[in-house]
Amino acid sequence: MRIGVDVGGTNTDAVLIQGSRIIASVKRPTSVDVSHGIRSAIEALLNEGGVAAGDIHAVMIGTTHFTNAFVQAVGLQKVAAVRIGFPAAREIPPFSDWPERLRNAALGRIDMVAGGYQFDGRLISAVDEAEIRIVAGRIRDAGLSEVAVAGVFSQLNADQEERVADLIRNEIPDASITLSSEVGRTGLLERENAAIMNAALRPLAAKVGEAFARALIELGIQAPFFVSQNDGTLMTATHMQHFPVLTFAAGPTNSLRGAAFLTGRSDALVVDIGGTTTDIGVLVGGFPRQSSLHADIGGVRTNFRMPDLLSIGLGGGSRVVLGEAPRIGPESVGFRLAEEALIYGGNTLTASDVAVASGAVRFGDPSRVRQLDGAQVRSAMKCMHRMIEDGLDRMKTSALPMPLILVGGGAVLITEELAGVSETLVPERAGVANAVGAAIGQVSGSVDLIYNLQEFGREAALDNARARATARAVEAGADPDTVTIVDLEDLPLQYLPGGAARVICRAVGDLIVKEPAIA
Amino acid sequence: MPKLITFDDIDNLATGSAFLGTGGGGDPYIGSLLAKEAIAKHGAVPLLSLDEVPDDAKVFIASGMGAPTVDIEKLCAVADMHYAVEALEDHLGYRATAIISAEIGGLNSVVPVAYAAMRGLPLIDADGMGRAFPSLHMTAFNVYGVSCTPMALSDEHGNVVIFKTKNAETAEELARPVVTAMGASASLSEYPMTGVEAKRTAVPDTVSAAIAIGAAIRSADKSIAPVDRLLATLRSLPYYGHAYRIFDGKIIDISRDTSRGWVFGRCVVQALEGSSQAEIRFQNENIAVRVDGVLKAIVPDLVCVVDLETAQPITTETLRYGQRVTVVGCSAPPQLRSPKALACMGPSAFGETVTYVEIERLLGLDPTAGGAGT
Repeated sequence: MRIGVDVGGTNTDAVLIQGSRIIASVKRPTSVDVSHGIRSAIEALLNEGGVAAGDIHAVMIGTTHFTNAFVQAVGLQKVAAVRIGFPAAREIPPFSDWPERLRNAALGRIDMVAGGYQFDGRLISAVDEAEIRIVAGRIRDAGLSEVAVAGVFSQLNADQEERVADLIRNEIPDASITLSSEVGRTGLLERENAAIMNAALRPLAAKVGEAFARALIELGIQAPFFVSQNDGTLMTATHMQHFPVLTFAAGPTNSLRGAAFLTGRSDALVVDIGGTTTDIGVLVGGFPRQSSLHADIGGVRTNFRMPDLLSIGLGGGSRVVLGEAPRIGPESVGFRLAEEALIYGGNTLTASDVAVASGAVRFGDPSRVRQLDGAQVRSAMKCMHRMIEDGLDRMKTSALPMPLILVGGGAVLITEELAGVSETLVPERAGVANAVGAAIGQVSGSVDLIYNLQEFGREAALDNARARATARAVEAGADPDTVTIVDLEDLPLQYLPGGAARVICRAVGDLIVKEPAIA
Repeated sequence: MPKLITFDDIDNLATGSAFLGTGGGGDPYIGSLLAKEAIAKHGAVPLLSLDEVPDDAKVFIASGMGAPTVDIEKLCAVADMHYAVEALEDHLGYRATAIISAEIGGLNSVVPVAYAAMRGLPLIDADGMGRAFPSLHMTAFNVYGVSCTPMALSDEHGNVVIFKTKNAETAEELARPVVTAMGASASLSEYPMTGVEAKRTAVPDTVSAAIAIGAAIRSADKSIAPVDRLLATLRSLPYYGHAYRIFDGKIIDISRDTSRGWVFGRCVVQALEGSSQAEIRFQNENIAVRVDGVLKAIVPDLVCVVDLETAQPITTETLRYGQRVTVVGCSAPPQLRSPKALACMGPSAFGETVTYVEIERLLGLDPTAGGAGT
């Protein structure tokens, strides 16, 4: 049996899964001390499922903790950023274009040293060991121990980054070093930003990792635990402590993957209606369709692969003004719904009140919305359905109707058939789709490489990328028999006569979970 | 007093340049970081209109040549551009008194601002294309008789190669492999010219046009849809004035094929309602758009794909299945529409067999009628 946990900003959800069956699920408020919320959720879950701690084979945790900590600049460590590439890439230094608040929180030192590779693997410059020793001395003298190392084209060849890390470790034995090649893709600034964010979060990750482990031990769970990454796959606890940045955006991915699992659908629209907003995503082959845009995290540019989500200002707590042209949202009473909505004795007309007044659903105190004008209520309901329909249409790639999966607490707002939808599925336990997504996580490996097509040939290049991504997935703990390629993209390099192409490939497989000795 | 390009103009210039890049020219983001840094350090850049340029001005281009995918790793540098410009100055025996952009599309329209700021020189409000093109010889400078060479190409180490060729096509052919050898992201100073030559050949007022277009796209004013605001702005400008919303739809197919550095491709957009389809052909930049097989706009007129909601330009590299887009077409500057110019950068230069027809003749003279095919 495995446990999936989703630690959100408001709630901590947990589910117990055996094979493909959900045995129990619980929701608990998130605690300031994250591990406390996890412990109380899992404790309740084991009780509800009537299961002993020893029966748990693995625990999967999805958390927005690190994203929130970074965006709010809470618990960040100052980082020494070392860029390898001189004389290339010397005029736009690390931390360029960062919001001042985050820059102040994370900027320890900046050094730009000789090194770097050309796109075809030739050296821009060799690494100068004497220079690195001087830089390492300055980092040590500044009292910094978190170091982010980023080299030009290091995602094609990490040798220089590794060499520089070794040299720094010689001078600062306890240095904690993040290499950009470990966390990012093509695009030096974005990859370097990811490495710096990671370095800034590492001390916090170490604490959180220990707290998670302690919480499980206190519950008597001896099974290993894993953490969700942004592509919906899992990493080990140790890996998370080294690479907390990889947890960014895991939440929406888990929600979409959970919806797929709960309904058995691999291709569908997913609508997650919360208190304030509705997120619409698309499942393609069981995985979220990914956005092609740069993702800004707290105003820092990255190129993490994020699910392509459309967010609209409609939720259960959206404020409503009735009338000929009803106004719905984007303002919302949010988590104060239970006090402020009319049906709960409050004074604010919300989308939930309108749904109850329409008679299509029943919760709260319907007598408190009885006085609302019937025609105006119908018109507001129609307006809400139209907002969702417009959103669905924007996310769809064809005019053909598609299945729709409704999750989230605000799903009650949808009371009628929606245009462009072939069938609407509201899974049982839709409220804990995120935790389910975490529980069913697989493991992945990916590569982002540039090939000389004249030397390789396109097919051989693609085969090579497939093989390397597969090897990485197996390294990360995937069962080799289950690994499949889920993403393969080749982008020719423009304005270049050599016939070179950038190939991005991702392989995914099932996690091998070792059964505990006493099962 | 000439106008000034200030720190606050840069994001607008970058966005406007991405639009005028018609899908190519590289992401101006890196260039905008360099330009902001340079303006913060050296002050705003005087923007001279062509008629303010002295006849005997020594006009130099600062530009980059290479692969956008490599630019985002090696990042560009103003100092590298100086290796190229300085080498050309040394070769010619005189110093620059003004800087001009080779093209007003993509990265190459933002980096000259950074370079001019560093040198303390004015930037001329004009360029060689009024858009972006993929080859060195596809400029109004070349068409109207300015020599592409001598030109200087440099890498980040300061290695410089000076080219002197019989014509601009040969300069392109010889420079491209050197750029690859230099690591596929090099700095280039080409078409050195006098003030008189710039006035005779350059496409005027394009830097201020790009800033206006960028401002229209980025405006926070919610009273008008961004695409409509973009069209209104284009119609207020002298040569982009025949501007049309050619098609609204969703991208349902993209294919790319590469050969000798050119990415040939096509993108199919399906109407939001009904079965109408638009097909855009691109070769790094967008070349032509046809709606249900009928030609609606073709190079050198501008074919731009923008986000349906935000009007943000989308490059050919970032076109993705499912994006909801508006295809905007607008007229090219008259310098690009003469028979001589069409021979150099008209449909036949991009493998199209059709004869060039102006967008306003393809779509009707009244641009506000727009909406054809949607």
